[in-house]
Amino acid sequence: MGLKQNLHNFKVKNKDKKWLPGFNALFTFLYMPNETTHGGTHIKAADDLKRTMNTVIMALVPCLIFGMFNAGYQHYLALGEIDAANGFLGASFWTWDNLVIGLLKVLPLVAVSYGVGLAVEFIFAIIKGHEVEEGYLVTGMLVPLIVPIDIPLWMLAVAVIFGVVIGKEVFGGTGMNILNPALTIRAFLFFAYPTWMSGDKVWVHGAVERAGTPDAISGETLLGAYAQNTSLAGIDYMDMFWGLIPGSVGETSKFLIIVGGLFLIFTKIGSWRIMLSTLVGALAMGLIFNGVVDAGWIGESSKFYGLMSVPFWQHLIIGSILFGAVYMATDPVTASQTNKGKWIYGFLIGFISIMIRVFNPAYPEGVFLAILLMNVFAPTIDHYVVQGNVKRRMKRLKAKVA
Amino acid sequence: MEHVELFFKSIFIDNMVFATFLGMCSYLAVSKKVSTAVGLGAAVIFVLAITVPLNWLLDQYILQPGALEWLGPEFAEYDLSFLSFIMFIATIATMVQLVEIVVEKFSPALYNSLGIFLPLIAVNCAILGGSLFMQSREIASLGLALNYGIASGIGWFLAILAIAAIREKIRYSNVPAPLRGLGITFIITGLMAIGFMSFGGMLTGGDEEAKKDDATVKVEQTIELSEEDKALADNLNKVSE
Repeated sequence: MGLKQNLHNFKVKNKDKKWLPGFNALFTFLYMPNETTHGGTHIKAADDLKRTMNTVIMALVPCLIFGMFNAGYQHYLALGEIDAANGFLGASFWTWDNLVIGLLKVLPLVAVSYGVGLAVEFIFAIIKGHEVEEGYLVTGMLVPLIVPIDIPLWMLAVAVIFGVVIGKEVFGGTGMNILNPALTIRAFLFFAYPTWMSGDKVWVHGAVERAGTPDAISGETLLGAYAQNTSLAGIDYMDMFWGLIPGSVGETSKFLIIVGGLFLIFTKIGSWRIMLSTLVGALAMGLIFNGVVDAGWIGESSKFYGLMSVPFWQHLIIGSILFGAVYMATDPVTASQTNKGKWIYGFLIGFISIMIRVFNPAYPEGVFLAILLMNVFAPTIDHYVVQGNVKRRMKRLKAKVA
Repeated sequence: MEHVELFFKSIFIDNMVFATFLGMCSYLAVSKKVSTAVGLGAAVIFVLAITVPLNWLLDQYILQPGALEWLGPEFAEYDLSFLSFIMFIATIATMVQLVEIVVEKFSPALYNSLGIFLPLIAVNCAILGGSLFMQSREIASLGLALNYGIASGIGWFLAILAIAAIREKIRYSNVPAPLRGLGITFIITGLMAIGFMSFGGMLTGGDEEAKKDDATVKVEQTIELSEEDKALADNLNKVSE
């Protein structure tokens, strides 16, 4: 009790100071404050914002840990120092060496993401004189998971500042933004520093420095390989499913993402409607493309043939569409708010993701752009769903009155 | 296929608002409510659908170098393309007058809510831009010109519809005071343009270098926009103080 009481006294003593929100944020992180509600109404819910955010973080932690091991595994595998681990529990995957590389490369990403982002949040909270909001907790966790392993830290810092300030704070902070801040950060990186965000060099640690030397290693993602019609000998579908492939830090393991997604559905934090409809949309577009190939409209010479001829269900495991569907599209702030709207919103995300993936050779990974695009249109969808309800009820009312 | 491609391209890839930032004045001013935004968007689609094919005919048979050949071989050397601006504007102004009369007659409520912006379609750069792009991109046939007009109108319509819905949504947001109103709208437009960049470079294939350059330029544009607009908002604030 002693420390908590001292901190509380400190808070009361300094209650007019400008920096108090910063102190409060740390204080409430450690203890439940002593304050009680003052009015007559007492509605208590255990799932406040902090707990919601922590649940999502818990769902993300397995992906992060797997990403650390995978970083080292891809590095040593590309160097030829270890054998391929066959399957999720392969002997050469869960090793200390792999983890060391992962810790060295991934922890700085996490630290920069949280450090810079929370610093911006603290500054804004102090300027605007409100409590620090918890919204950045999840964003800060998502950001390291969706960037390539070798991204320079200063780029990440610049992008985080852009994403938090322009993407969120100018709208008034957590819960008011229109675009998903984590994806805004990724889009900023993608368009401002394209050489560090796409191509065949950035996805495996060490590939950039070695480019052009006799020791060069390839760090291409599967999508990049598909888009260039190269054959993919040596990668089987179980590897894609378990996640033993190059890619952004946390998005490779489809298995862990599905586990995390089920956890989010079970705790009712993530909307199952959005997840399901996104996958349905992706499958639908994949089926259409398969149909086009079967009908013979697109020949092997076409530049779209490589990705179009992928069997439709494989689209779910070769890119990051699962990660997008589970963790990005379900962001409750930027997604559609109405249930019917969620179906439309998710379906279009899946549909457009696969369309971009196939038709746009510059952006083999279109999932994040498709989600941003649908974030833009989510208010429009909601508006028309609500108007439709209003109209239907008006009609019912008229029928009753008449 | 040519038609489908042009249609898709004009709506999403070369979107009037997010790729070329044309027609911003009415886009910013009439996007406070979805219903009026829909009205103005429909008017823009209608005007573009009429003026682009008309101007295509003008361009093809009067303005282009050698277009007057149908009058006789002695006119084959005439080049009236210096008249295109004034001719295009004249067509557009006439058509806008027509739309205004029709709207006033059939939907007085919409007429009142659009206010000054309906006649201002005449000087909406998206409309003139549509005709000039039609000329510079050398659209090949009347059918394609009609297609281009309608599709770029739909692109503009989608843009104003989306921003109107967003502005209705953020009405309850706690936007910092200096940015309220036009300031935040500019920032939203920039962010929406990032969303629309998902289509940038689609259908062109192969040529990756060019596209990447293109893409970076666009981001710079959006950022500049938001900075510029912050300065604007600051100035406004000072003036009002």
